[in-house]
Amino acid sequence: MNLSFMIEALISVLLVLGGFFAFTGSLGMLMFKDFFMRLHGPTKGTTLGIGCVLIASMVYFTLYQQEPHFQELLITLFLFITAPVTGHILAKTGLHMHLKYITGTQGLQPELKDEDVGQSRVARPARPKRPGDIKARRKQLLKSRGR
Amino acid sequence: MLSIALWISLTFIVLALAMNVFRLAIGPDIPDRLLAVDTMYVNAIALIVIIGLWLNTKTYFEAAILIAMLGFISTMAICRYLLRGDIIE
Repeated sequence: MNLSFMIEALISVLLVLGGFFAFTGSLGMLMFKDFFMRLHGPTKGTTLGIGCVLIASMVYFTLYQQEPHFQELLITLFLFITAPVTGHILAKTGLHMHLKYITGTQGLQPELKDEDVGQSRVARPARPKRPGDIKARRKQLLKSRGR
Repeated sequence: MLSIALWISLTFIVLALAMNVFRLAIGPDIPDRLLAVDTMYVNAIALIVIIGLWLNTKTYFEAAILIAMLGFISTMAICRYLLRGDIIE
């Protein structure tokens, strides 16, 4: 069990895990039933898979070949930032286009307690005072202008 | 051991790409196809990185960065077009 064997085992495990998670994400995208369920696979599984593969590549070039190489971290960071943004805007597009979806995926409605729905009244802040009659105000305004 | 891991990972990713192409072909609506393309470019980055490991070169990482940026921008542009009817208002 020398060090290079350990590094090789680490790289192999990361590569296989990355491939497996990318496969799982695409399988979810293929097999789920409506668009909003299909959105879950690529945004989570594929992102984790590509992160594993890029970290494996970084470990290979840095530790196994003894040449420092950190560009993969840049790609990993970029993908981890952009994947939620893409998922959000794709979900917005699906809602905007009124795609068909399966009912019964929402779960039970939450039970609301009395203090949640406002059974006990809370005192309102006082209303601001209304200004006076509008003719009186106009007269006062004209007087102040000297007519 | 590393070559066996590379083979397994390549097989998984090529299968994932095949499933993406299938969803791209049968997707009932436009956002489904858009999601398929979005997943496809992420899998293409993984494929390029694994080929770079296989050939033991660092040349392909710039291509991976370019694919990441262009894929994100194209997905955003098509989504904006579907949402607003215009890309840059």
